[in-house]
Parts: sequence; structure tokens; C-alpha cells
Amino acid sequence: MAEAIEKSVGAGPGGSDPDTDNYLTHGKGVLSWLFTLDHKRIGVMYLVAILGSFFLGGVFALALRTELWTPGQTIMTADTYNKMFTLHGAVMIFLFIIPGIPATLGNFVLPLMLGAKDVALPRLNLASFWLWLTGATVAVASIIIGAVDTGWTFYTPYSTTTTTAVTAMTLGAFILGFSSIFTGLNFIVTIHKMRPEGMTWFRMPLFLWGIYSTAIIQVLATPVLGITLLLLVAERTLGVGIFDPSLGGDPVLYQHFFWFYSHPAVYIMILPAMAIMSELISTFSGKHIFGYRFIAWSSIAIALLSFLVWGHHMFTSGQSSLTNMIFSALTFSVAIPSAVKVFNWLATMYKGSIRLAAPMLYALSFLFLFAIGGLTGLFLGSLSTDIHLHDTYFVVAHFHYVMFGGTVIAFLGGIHYWWPKMFGRMYSERWAQVSALLVFVGFNLTFFTQFVMGSHGMPRRYYNYLEKFTVYHQASTVGSYILAVGFLIMAGYLLHSLVAGEKAPANPWGAATLEWETTSPPPYYNFAHEMRAGDPYDLDAMRWDPATGGYVRKDPSSVLASSGEAG
Amino acid sequence: MAGHATTPQEGLRVDHHFENADQQYQSAKLGMWVFLATEILFFGGLFVAYAVYRSNHPEVFIFGHHFLDKNLGALNTIILICSSLTAAWAVRAAQLKQIGLLKLMLVLTMLCAFGFMGVKAVEYNAKWKHGLLWAGSYDPHLDHDEPITESTTDEELQVPGAEVEAEVASQAQRVGDADLVESEVVSESTVVDAPTDRSNIASAAEGPTGLAGAGEHGPDEHAIDIEPANAQTFFSIYFLMTGLHGIHVLGGIGAFLWLLWCAQRGDFATGHFTRVDMVALYWHVVDLIWIYLFLLLYLIE
Amino acid sequence: MAAAPDPEDGSFWMPPQISTIASNVDWLFNFILAISVFFFVLIVVVMVVFVLKYRRRAGESAEASPNHNLPLELTWTGIPVAIVIVIFFFGFKGYLDMATPPANAYEIMVEGQKWNWSFTYPNGYVDANLHVPVDRPIQLVMSSADVIHSLYVPVFRIKQDVVPGRYSKVWFEATEPGEYDLFCAEYCGTGHSDMLAHVVVHPPGEFEAWLEQASNFLETMSPVDAGRKLFQVRGCMQCHSLDGTAKTGPTLLNIFGHPVTLSDGTTVIADENYIRESILEPAAQVVAGFEPVMPTFQGRLKDAEILAIIEYLKAPEGATQEDNS
Repeated sequence: MAEAIEKSVGAGPGGSDPDTDNYLTHGKGVLSWLFTLDHKRIGVMYLVAILGSFFLGGVFALALRTELWTPGQTIMTADTYNKMFTLHGAVMIFLFIIPGIPATLGNFVLPLMLGAKDVALPRLNLASFWLWLTGATVAVASIIIGAVDTGWTFYTPYSTTTTTAVTAMTLGAFILGFSSIFTGLNFIVTIHKMRPEGMTWFRMPLFLWGIYSTAIIQVLATPVLGITLLLLVAERTLGVGIFDPSLGGDPVLYQHFFWFYSHPAVYIMILPAMAIMSELISTFSGKHIFGYRFIAWSSIAIALLSFLVWGHHMFTSGQSSLTNMIFSALTFSVAIPSAVKVFNWLATMYKGSIRLAAPMLYALSFLFLFAIGGLTGLFLGSLSTDIHLHDTYFVVAHFHYVMFGGTVIAFLGGIHYWWPKMFGRMYSERWAQVSALLVFVGFNLTFFTQFVMGSHGMPRRYYNYLEKFTVYHQASTVGSYILAVGFLIMAGYLLHSLVAGEKAPANPWGAATLEWETTSPPPYYNFAHEMRAGDPYDLDAMRWDPATGGYVRKDPSSVLASSGEAG
Repeated sequence: MAGHATTPQEGLRVDHHFENADQQYQSAKLGMWVFLATEILFFGGLFVAYAVYRSNHPEVFIFGHHFLDKNLGALNTIILICSSLTAAWAVRAAQLKQIGLLKLMLVLTMLCAFGFMGVKAVEYNAKWKHGLLWAGSYDPHLDHDEPITESTTDEELQVPGAEVEAEVASQAQRVGDADLVESEVVSESTVVDAPTDRSNIASAAEGPTGLAGAGEHGPDEHAIDIEPANAQTFFSIYFLMTGLHGIHVLGGIGAFLWLLWCAQRGDFATGHFTRVDMVALYWHVVDLIWIYLFLLLYLIE
Repeated sequence: MAAAPDPEDGSFWMPPQISTIASNVDWLFNFILAISVFFFVLIVVVMVVFVLKYRRRAGESAEASPNHNLPLELTWTGIPVAIVIVIFFFGFKGYLDMATPPANAYEIMVEGQKWNWSFTYPNGYVDANLHVPVDRPIQLVMSSADVIHSLYVPVFRIKQDVVPGRYSKVWFEATEPGEYDLFCAEYCGTGHSDMLAHVVVHPPGEFEAWLEQASNFLETMSPVDAGRKLFQVRGCMQCHSLDGTAKTGPTLLNIFGHPVTLSDGTTVIADENYIRESILEPAAQVVAGFEPVMPTFQGRLKDAEILAIIEYLKAPEGATQEDNS
């Protein structure tokens, strides 16, 4: 019985070979992908699209950093530069990082972690993807017809009076917002309704707690962005005028509306990253996660508190002192759960059995970089220091450390972790280490000098700058090129692995969550049997199997549902 | 509405990724409630804008709401409440597989929705005719072709004082526009004021609260006749809120049409009523939002 | 960037402290920095030590250890809570000082527009730079003519958004004579990074003399010199070069008396009337190849001032030769 079950986990029913019969090969042709209801295919399509957006946003970054090599004009005019930083921000935020981890890894992994066949609402999932494509197309079209020069924040009255393609870009962002809302909605319903036998809320992998908390924010905050962008479009096209002082409106009201979404949005970015961290640290420390409940509750706490702090982006806007005080105090509160997570991850490593595989290198980078990013948030949450640092490069450095050093690094860790599961291939560990090192070094060189520039008074969004800041800018530009090289190498070995990588076993890392109980890549129906949840961090339940070159469960029946029938 | 007793049973299609029909139904229900939460937040932004502007400039709202006809608003409220009833009835009919009754209720709901849009069209038309539009297009005048300007003589205005009301009243009889007949503030002094000067932003910076317009009138006029500065803000908010709501009503009409088509096709013969339930839920929220709009825009005292 | 800890020269992180609140801000910055460095080093050292000490060894798995520890969790939650409360308190206290101007502050009106600042002194004189007396509280009352700007003086550690349709205020007291940078810190378009001004802190007794002399420039200077001053301090220089390079606006080198091609294709001679109209109604005739973004100076330049500018642009010793003074 045990062998029969083991065998069928390693192969599809009837012993089919996962190499040739899996979700990637099931159904051929472009249409079978564009009209798929399979969450795995949707996740992969998102991955391609989103990494493409990252590349596009990166090109804008390199362009602007090149311009900043010297003060004054280097390779472009001021107007072009202003468009470069706006597009870098808008593309990175709306096309890449907000959909980011949930749309790609969330879509792929969530149902598998639940032992389920798909998300609760597969058609809505496909609709989300099409909405992403539509919104991205509109956004890219706006770039082609003239681009935007307002900064990704579209502050009024500049954004209601500039002649650039603001209306088109905001409509693109509006559509992308709905993609995000529907993804979040889908994940909430899936996690509520489709957990397997034995998976109570506190037996869920922490990745899912993170995705769930993110989904709460996606669903509650994004509609406010939607109405804000609609109001902006109404003001530009019809002259509705609620942000225009000459028509009786209030430009600062726009900022309140905008940040009411955009602050929670940054937690949409970081919560999934933290969610991945829990998986990576546990798996590669060979140990049960430490402080499960604290980590789980901290995700929820961050999601809820994130709605209360938006005013810390507006300390100099003219808000009353009382308002400033309240927002500052609340801002510090949201720092605490993040700190708790970091300490719990470190405690997980204590007395572990640590492997420095590529995903773990990214997890360790995260700890280093997110610590800096989070701690520099303290300077900005504190009122008197923020007055000096607001709208300087200090802020730019802070958010790049948390969004890039935090989210992107964790995203890369997750991609490297689930890559074998998604594509059935292992990548070159050696080249992955080289790339991780280049990204780490390049990142710090790019952004650390920006802290010092900023505290010395270098404002952000500046095309021209005083001579004394030149050396900082040049260091930063060199760093950005090193980053680019690191990413190019990464693209190289990952693509190479798809055609020539070593075949991946079902469970290369020895993790205990359910996605590793099916083949790499999975069949289109995910699991040969109905699954039951065990402890997602019971790594002792796994053993190395030299025959398959991966890990297998010591007692496979422990994760099969009592009925034992194929789903 | 639906409880466990009426959960769909055999004969219906359960998507392959669900374990059973109940899981499918529960998922749809939770999904729809989450979606409705997003709609509340979507409108919420506009309600916040309303609250902010009203608390900062109550005179603008007191002035503006006189141009809304409470009777038409109340009529629309009743229409929508009736439509919620017919929608709920439609769900019940679908649960009981009474397809004829279901189709009747769907049609009645849509008729109510059309009626609502019709009343709104009348209201919007009245506003447009008199230039009572959102800020950028705010241009209040008596007659479509004759804007009031600074050079309009007192004589031209004094005499038509009575004539305006008569003319408007007769127009009302022809097209059912009751907006301006009811209003007490359609006097020359109200619509004479030029819209707030938009060309010089510096003047907007003068005076912290924007009541600059109020001081231009003589002391013997009623405060209610005085058009406050930035009166157009009321209409901006009015059109934004009712306009967004109207778009959702149109969406609802589309959804009910789809349900009618499904009913015609026989999709509900098995007692699978989830779709009807979900659309009706949406419709109830649309109704609920209207009730708040009616309270906040029409019934200001 | 001086290595010496003399606050006047700045430090590794901060520019010089030139206002009464700067040392307080820097103190808090350094306090937070110390805490941050402490925790960062702690986290990184623990991480590295664990990686080295608990590196996987072949054949061994992790030894058993607990997966939770409530006292530990409460400790590493409670200590950060206490720390952030302290940081919040100091930040708030410092901020209240920054937000509460003394009663006898000297008031200067500020207007920000794309892309220059103008400072109006109590006697009505307008300058492009901010001149203040040392050791005296100054309150700036600010508004914008167009979009949101933000007035930022790093050495004073002050910053406040400048919003159209309302007034915003910021106060400071400079502690050291000298000339310092003033930036716009809210993105406002093409010339955002060129929207600079200088803060000139005068030694005791010299501010009043400066103001008196500067205010009378129309009387004390020749029309050409007065025109040159206006050209420099009223924001013309931000957009119009005098050396032939095109900036946001066309260069004014040798413009007077010469033909100018307009955006509608016609050509006009740049005479007195053309200059005057360009200043008062800039959108009426726009030079070909440039955007119609010049703001009007209607109500901001007196007739005598416009005359002076015209003289400056006209005269052989004025803008008709390269003039970079």
C-alpha cells in the first residue's frame, strides 16, 4: 500500500511521467493558455508579464541614473528625465510590485498548499489576468503617446494641469486596480472555503497567512485608489474641480485620498514577501518555524494598522499638529509586528541545520536589507526628523530598501524556491550565487549613499543638483549598473534551466507543505489523491531519498485524506 | 433569503475544483459579499469628500440642495425599494423553480431600474438647462440662450422675476421638471452672481474660508438668496455621487438582462438559484447606497 | 563634509546647524541612528553567527528545540514598544517647537511659482532671495501661484509645503550669518530642480541697512542696473538665459530690436511693446519652439520696473552683451 501510494505521488495515475504530462503540456497552443482556468498557468503567465514589467521599470531606472551621473544635462532634457522617474515609479508599482508575489507565486502555490485543485473562482482569476493585460496595455500606450511627468503620486494641481498623458496612465492604473481587487477577493474566498481536512487556521502555512492579510488590504484599500483616480480623470476631462482651488477644491484632499490607498499598498508589497520568508527560513534551517502564532497574528496586525497611518506621508502638507501627532504615533505601532517577525525568523535559525542554497541566500539578504529599510522608517515616522528628511533622497533610499531589498529580494527567493516545482527543472546553483552576490552588492552601492545625500538636503525628483552631491550620485549610478548585470545573469541561468536544467524531484528542499507532495511540475489536476493537512513545518517528517534525488515523506498516508480516493 | 434548507441539490453542475455543491455556493456567497465591501469603499471615497466639504462649507450644501426636488428624490427612493422587493422575490421564485414568476420579477425589477434612470434624466436635464453643473461647467442662468452677465440690466431682471417663475412653471407642466418651481431661491439675486472668478488663482488665496461672495449683497436680502462662493462644489459632488450610482444602476440592468436570458435558456430549471441571489445582493447594495444619497443630498436641513 | 565634530561644518550625515532647532533635530537623528545601528548589528551578527554555527553537517539534522517561547516573544515585543514610544515622544516634542512660532516673529511673505521664489518684505520690496537678520525669529507666510511647492532650507532643518488657495506658515531663527541653500522640495515640473534661492543671514544691525538700500533700487540705480537687478531677482533668470542657451524660455541675449519668430509662423521685431506684452500677457505671442508656460507678471511688476527691464534689455551695456553678473 505504501509503495503504491509513493509511486503514485511520484507519477500521475497510471504511472504517467511528469516530464511529458503535466500542466505545462496539457493542452497546446496559445489559446489554451489565454483561456485557461488553471491557476498554475495563470500564475506562469503573470510571472512572465510581471518580470517583463520589472525589466521595463528597470530600463527607466537605468536611464534616470545615467542622467544623474552629472549635474545638469547628461543625456536628456529635464522634461524627459521627469518622465523617466515617473514611469519608473508607475511601472514598478502598478505593473510589477503590487500584483507581484500574489499574482505569480500566490496563484501558483496557494491551491497546491491547500491540496486543492484550483482557486475558488477560476474564471474570476482569468478575468483578473485579462484585466492586468488590459491595464498594462493602456499604461504602456500612455507611455507611447507622450508619457507622464507628474511622479507616480500624481499630486494635484500639477497632475490636473500638466499636458502629459495623465488621463491615459491613470485609467491604466484604475484597470490594474481591479485586477488586484479580484485577485485578493479570490484568495480570501479560497482560503476561507477550500482548506483541506485537518487544516484549521492555525495549521495553515504562514505563506497563506501572509497572502490572506495581503488580500484583505487589496480588497479594502484598492477601491479607494479607484475612486481617487476617477476623480482625477473627472477633474482633468470635465473640470469637476474638487482638487482645484480656483474651483473651490482642495489639493491636499487629493493627498489624503491617494495615501489612504497607497500606504496600505506598501503592505500589499511587503506582507507576501514576509510570507515567503517564513517558508524559506524554516525549510533551509531544517527546523519548525519559531513563534507561528505570533507571526500569523503580526500579519493581520500589519494589515489592519496599515490603514491608520497614511498621514505620515503628509507631515509638511499643512495638517494640524494634532493630526501629525496621531499619525506619527500610529506609524510607530505598525513597526512593531515587523520587528517581531524578524526576531522569530532569527529564532528559527537557532539550533537549526542551515543550508545556503540560493533561496536561503535571498532570505538572508532580506534580513540584512529589510532591517535597514525598516529601521530607517523610524527616522521618517518621528516628526521633527521627518520635516528635514521628507521629500529628500533619504526617503527614496528608505523605500527602495524595503520594496526592493525587502519585497523583490524575497520574491527572488520565492522564485528560486518554487522554480523546480513550477518548471520541473533545477537551475545552476553556482550562477545563482554569483547573481545573488551582484544584486546584493549592487543594491547597497546604489541606495546606501542616497541616505547620506538625503540627510544632507538633496531633494528627490531632481534633474539638476548641486556639485557637492556628485560623488554620491555617481556611486549610486555605478551600483545600478552592477544590479543590472546581476539581473541579466539571473535571467540567463533561469532561462537556461528551462531547456537544459537537471530534472527536479517532487521535493528538492525537504519542505513539509502540501505543494511538495505532487510531482514537479504538477499535473494539471494538481494531486492524484485528496489531501489532508499535516503540520506544515514538521520537517522531521521528511527524509532524503537517494533514488529520486529529493525528499519524501516518511509516512505518505499522513497527508492523504481519509477517503483516499482520487479527487 | 437563502439558508441551508434551500442549498442547491442534485442535478446541478458543480465545478470540478469544488468538493460539493455547498462549497461552491458558499464560495460564491462569500465572494459576492467581499465584492460588495469593495463597492462600499469605492463609494466611501465620495462620501468622505462630501463629509469634508460639507463640514468646511455648510452654506454651500444648504444653498445647493434647494435645487434638488425632494419629491423626485423620494419617488426614486420608493422605486428602488420596490425594485429590491421584486429582486428578492425573484430569488425566492428561483429557489422554488417558479420560472414564470422569476421572469416576471426580473422584468419588474428592470422596469423599476429604468424608471429610476428616467427620473434621474429629468433631474439632470433640468440642471443642464439652467447651467447647474459641476464646477468646471457651472454657469447658472435662467434660460438656455441667455446667460446672465454683468451687463444685464436691472430692468431685464426685475420684470422677469415673476415671469421667470411663470415660465418655469409652464415648462414644468410640459416636461415635468419640478426642480425649479419648488425652489424659493430662484430670484434674480441668486442667479445673477457671476460664477466664482476662475482666472486669477491669487484671489482664491485671499480670504481663508471662501465666503467672499457673500458680502456683496445688501443687508436686506435673505441669507438663503445669497449664492455662496464655490456653490458649484455642491453640484460637483452631486453629479459625481449620483453619476457613479447611476452607472451602477446601469450595470445592474445589464446583470438582470443576463439573468432573464439565463432564465429563458432554462438554466434555473434545476433550482440552481445562486446567480439570481448574487445579482439581487448587488442590487440591494445599490439601493442602500441610493438611500444614503437621498438622505445626504436631498434632505439637508 | 568635515570630519571634525564642529556643528558649524556639518557632520557625516547632516549639514551645518544654522538654526535654533537644528541641534535638537540632529540630536534625535543621532539617537535614532544609535538605536538603529545597535539593532542592525545585533540582527546581522546573530544571523551570521547562526549560519556559521548551525551550518548543516552531513548526516545530521537539527537538534530538537522549542518552537515557541512566550516570555521571549513578550520581551522582544515589549522592548521595541518602549523604544518607539521614547522616539515618538522626542520627535513630537521637537516638532511642537518647530510648529510654534514666537509671538514677535518678523514676517516675510513668500510666493512660490513655477519655477522661482519671491520674497516680499514688510515694506513691500520683493526679492528673489530670502534675506533675514541673525538671531531673530522669522515667520514665513507662504502661498503658491500655481501648483504645490515646498520651501526647504536644510541647514535650518525646516520644510513646509506651499499650496495654492491657502496660506501656510513656517518659522525659524538663524544662528549664524552666511549664505545658504533654499530648495523647492515638492515636485512641480520642468524647472523643479532649478527652483533654488539663497538664504542670506545678515550679521547684527546689517539687515535693516540692506533692506533700505535694496528697496530703493529704482531710485538709487540707473534704469539699466535696476533692470539687471530685477532680471536677476524676479525670476526671469530661471527660465531665460543671457548667454544664448535656450532654457525653459528663449535666450534674451541680443533680443532687443531683432526679429523674433512666433509659434504661429509670423515674425515680429522685439521692441518695447513686445517686451511689455511678453511680461504682462506672455501667452499672447509665444516664440516658436517654446511652450506657453511663462506666468504673467500683471500686478507683480510696477510700470517703472517694467521700464527698467526694457532698458536693461535694450542698452549696449545691458543684456545685449553676455552678462553673467
